[in-house]
Amino acid sequence: MRAQLYKIFPLGIDALTIEFGNRISAELNDKTLDLFRYFETNPFAGLIETVPAYCSLSIFYEVRSVRKNYPEFLTAFEAVQELVKTALQNLTELPKPAPRLIEIPVNFKGDFAPDLEFVAASNNLTCQKVIEIFTAQTYRVFMIGFLPAFAYLGEIDAAIGAPRKSTPRLKVPRGSVGIAGRQTGIYPFDSPGGWQIIGNTDFKLFTPENETPCALQAGDLVKFYASNR
Amino acid sequence: MSILIDKPGILTTLQDLGRNGFRRFGVNQNGVMDKIAVRLVNSLLGNDENEAVLEMHFPAAEIQFEAPTVFALGGADFAAELNQAPVENWRLYAAEKNSVLKFTNKTFGNRLYLAIKRGFKTEKWLGSASTNLKAGIGGFKGRRLQKNDRVEFNHELRMTNDEFNFKISNSLVPFYSKFPTVRCLAGAEFDLLDGQSKEKFVNENFTVTQSSDRMGFRLQGVTLYLSKPTELVSSAVNFGTIQLLPAGQLIVLMADHQTSGGYPRIAHVIPTDLPLLAQLGTNDKVAFHLISIEKAENLLMKLENDLKLLRLACKFRQLTNAFD
Repeated sequence: MRAQLYKIFPLGIDALTIEFGNRISAELNDKTLDLFRYFETNPFAGLIETVPAYCSLSIFYEVRSVRKNYPEFLTAFEAVQELVKTALQNLTELPKPAPRLIEIPVNFKGDFAPDLEFVAASNNLTCQKVIEIFTAQTYRVFMIGFLPAFAYLGEIDAAIGAPRKSTPRLKVPRGSVGIAGRQTGIYPFDSPGGWQIIGNTDFKLFTPENETPCALQAGDLVKFYASNR
Repeated sequence: MSILIDKPGILTTLQDLGRNGFRRFGVNQNGVMDKIAVRLVNSLLGNDENEAVLEMHFPAAEIQFEAPTVFALGGADFAAELNQAPVENWRLYAAEKNSVLKFTNKTFGNRLYLAIKRGFKTEKWLGSASTNLKAGIGGFKGRRLQKNDRVEFNHELRMTNDEFNFKISNSLVPFYSKFPTVRCLAGAEFDLLDGQSKEKFVNENFTVTQSSDRMGFRLQGVTLYLSKPTELVSSAVNFGTIQLLPAGQLIVLMADHQTSGGYPRIAHVIPTDLPLLAQLGTNDKVAFHLISIEKAENLLMKLENDLKLLRLACKFRQLTNAFD
């Protein structure tokens, strides 16, 4: 990978971020997840965890441990930066796992969908047409963030896109399926939020008892279907 | 054996040094706001540094010890009294059965820690005893402590205060102040500030506003401007990250911060100075000073060495006590 295709900068003293760009794109998200998987299988001494986002990976590490294990570098930052450069050179050799497809039932009726009419009206569509367009597509989980298990999915058809609410709701109920711009997402908890809510699911996104508490992870594919549950 | 919460205080939670390894699932670290204070009091008690403690704000809790134990306080100073006798921070105390610990006045700081020798009995969630108030899990039943809650502990310890007249040296305690200058690393978007705003960031003072909590401290000060408007897609943020909000004001992300964000990252407060910030409250002021990564790492290495020496000294002290 050529040097000018990414930037590395410190995210505090105990973390750095590798940024592949500044836009929502499957290609940049793929690169991010490739690098994420590289460090999953090739952790270094002092690595705490890596956090993939839309088009950047952040690496958290223990400064003391990295400095002890890589004494040839002046700083832990330089050492990890070098490890990243090596990783990026070796990325192409990694096999790509097939993405998981997860199907999620959504109730688009009545109180479960307080903003569906707004989304339909602002796009000159019927509610039924919005649901059809929304459920026709398979979405990618770009990243998890904001709240535990909140998945950022995209991209929705421009024909049903809608801006965030100008005044966020104080309480969006758990399970709400929302739209913001070309993104869609599901609220795992009751939470304040500004996305346009077009439905609700009882799909369990977050199971704290599980070792992997989150049903979705970056790179998964999601398909919604209409359900009255 | 347990402590009984006679009065809960405004926000009392069980926390340790934080939960690692699950940020990619949106599960943030949580944990104590002032990590150095907690590492100091746990070391003093001969505990693991990561042992769970109670984090209190003022008005703080009123606590009854239902079994004898040994405890230490650190961080903020809320004029503590054990059965009406004053209790200093950074010192070991024996609590007898049915003794009562009260906090009478907010003398300094905003977050006080109570640690007990050999620790509280906790159920860990994802490897940590910290409370995630958002998800309602971890710590004590996933929530702040309430009246009549009992927090269990592991061991009864009968000692008298004469057995350990023992205090942490002032040189190890963070240099707390109501108006600290905290050192930071420049963030990825620092260079997007216009020339004047860059200077203002390091030359002006910023005031902690009332909308500041364990998630973040919103600051009020001169308005800072980007040289051109910038939209960022969300990416990871860190404890201590200073973001620029659209209206030109700053927010510093604290222990309960979201795992990701999209506002420009102006700077990152270094971990050695985060406790100075963590002890601030409404209307306190702060100034920022930028330093290099190399210098910041060296400061951290020195702190780690000092803490290691303290741990060794406290362990050694315990050993010699055992042979008395």
